[in-house]
Amino acid sequence: MKILVCISNVPDTTTKINFSEDNKSFNTSGVQFIINPYDEIALTRALELTEAQGGTVTVLHVGDASTEPTIRKALAIGASDAVRVNAVPRDAYFVAAQVSAYAKNQGFDLILTGRESIDYNGAQVNAMIGEMMDMPSVSVVKSLQIENGMATLEREIEGGKEVLTCPLPLVASATEGMAEPRIPNMRGIMSARTKPLNVTEPSVVAQLQEIVRYEKPASRSQVKLVDAEQVNSLVQMLHQEAKVI
Amino acid sequence: MSVLVYVENSNGKLKKSSFEAVSYGASIAERSGVPVVALAIGQIESAELEKLGKYGASKVLHVNEQTLHSFVNQAYASVVSEGARVSSASIVVLSASFSGKALAPRVAVKLQAGYVDGVIALPDMSAGFTVRKGAFSGKAYADVTLSSDTKVLALMPNSYQLVERNTQVAIEAFSPSLQQTDFKTMVKEIVRAADKVSLPEAEIVVSGGRGLKGPENWGMVEELATLLGAATACSKPVSDAHWRPHSEHVGQTGIAVSPNLYIAIGISGAIQHLAGVSASKTIVVINKDPEAPFFKAADYGIVGDAFEVVPRLIAAVKEFKAANA
Repeated sequence: MKILVCISNVPDTTTKINFSEDNKSFNTSGVQFIINPYDEIALTRALELTEAQGGTVTVLHVGDASTEPTIRKALAIGASDAVRVNAVPRDAYFVAAQVSAYAKNQGFDLILTGRESIDYNGAQVNAMIGEMMDMPSVSVVKSLQIENGMATLEREIEGGKEVLTCPLPLVASATEGMAEPRIPNMRGIMSARTKPLNVTEPSVVAQLQEIVRYEKPASRSQVKLVDAEQVNSLVQMLHQEAKVI
Repeated sequence: MSVLVYVENSNGKLKKSSFEAVSYGASIAERSGVPVVALAIGQIESAELEKLGKYGASKVLHVNEQTLHSFVNQAYASVVSEGARVSSASIVVLSASFSGKALAPRVAVKLQAGYVDGVIALPDMSAGFTVRKGAFSGKAYADVTLSSDTKVLALMPNSYQLVERNTQVAIEAFSPSLQQTDFKTMVKEIVRAADKVSLPEAEIVVSGGRGLKGPENWGMVEELATLLGAATACSKPVSDAHWRPHSEHVGQTGIAVSPNLYIAIGISGAIQHLAGVSASKTIVVINKDPEAPFFKAADYGIVGDAFEVVPRLIAAVKEFKAANA
């Protein structure tokens, strides 16, 4: 089985988010970058599948050279090889177009992404790849089994789950539950240094949108503390003041 | 020109988040002086579809094909795109539900449209078209300018108020052309806890953290949630320890919620958790540690032992409900 896993380079989850003075760009100074947590789940499931059934796992990332430590980490976790499309990822449409351009004619049985990146939260790339490559896509998948070229997936829905089947090739996005992320071991880290990391140039894609401004949510006013013995007054405040019950 | 709104149903009942999407679409349409067309797929009674007029739709395209009775995003994307073309829609609005988000990116590619997911406010159309969405998992907002002729927007549930417009609505049967190649995925089963309120759409959420000490203590969380008609949720350590399912994990790497009321019990308020709840309108924190960071991000707080405070709160809510019944 030939699997492609697309990974994003995102700020560590503990990062305090700051922007440039004009609020037009994300201030990356002092920020630790990691593999997007959902992408790490996808990568781990891809490794589990190829370990059990044979095959290769290629990771693809769209980013400039500064993101290579993140790609090397994916190789250390166990991917066979990596591709970096040498471009700053402008938006989801751009990224999906780069992935599709690379994956076309490569014969991947399965293309995995995370459900969304934790920076821009678009949840767009996966289904866009599906549409661009004319392949079925399943979003927010918490279980993925493959047997004889047929995938059985559990997709998250409001208040439950949907179980579906789909023949390969298939595009799917991973969420918690699909696999437990792995921590790279020493051997993985050593071998990652010599695994192939190919760099390709991006294809030209029309720009349909642009982030023009960022803003941080207004902080809440001072918390109103209610005495632990006077819980009734909390209920009254939620009713009369906040009007939420 | 028109605004097309894709509306979802669950067992023939239209969802509240879809009425929100119609209200939102109607507010945009009103400013541009164009009609709102709703597109519904599935077995839905006319009386139910007529409710879309209440929120501003003047036309409903109703697709009732046997093959589309379960959700196939590839086929639904073809139907929505065709619906957009036949109604000359320049804006397509969907709800940012699980299905909406599985569908909208495909629609955007088909229509060569710019697409913004998780939209939380009306667009600024004074110079171009700029719309606000959540970013960095609730830690910030991003304003996105769309330059494409057609635009696709997925609206965050519970972020836009229902507006009644009582528009005269016409319901039309719509038979889109379907391609066999769009039907590769096949739904085998839908598993839904019958009496549970869905977390992403919930107006009230009751959430528990490690302070509750173990899964056996969730009875009071569920009791409070049932009393309030709320969904239950939890922090990441709780779902990591498998005390609760991953689908209840609220936070940066879980679900971002935007309820009217979020009650956090025994959750300290790590930055990753706060990111997922920052869009809540009112936050109540119950924690025995007065130094818990969550108190700085809360509207109301009770410093106390959850095992004493929550039973009292349950009693107080019962009393309140009896008095206001």
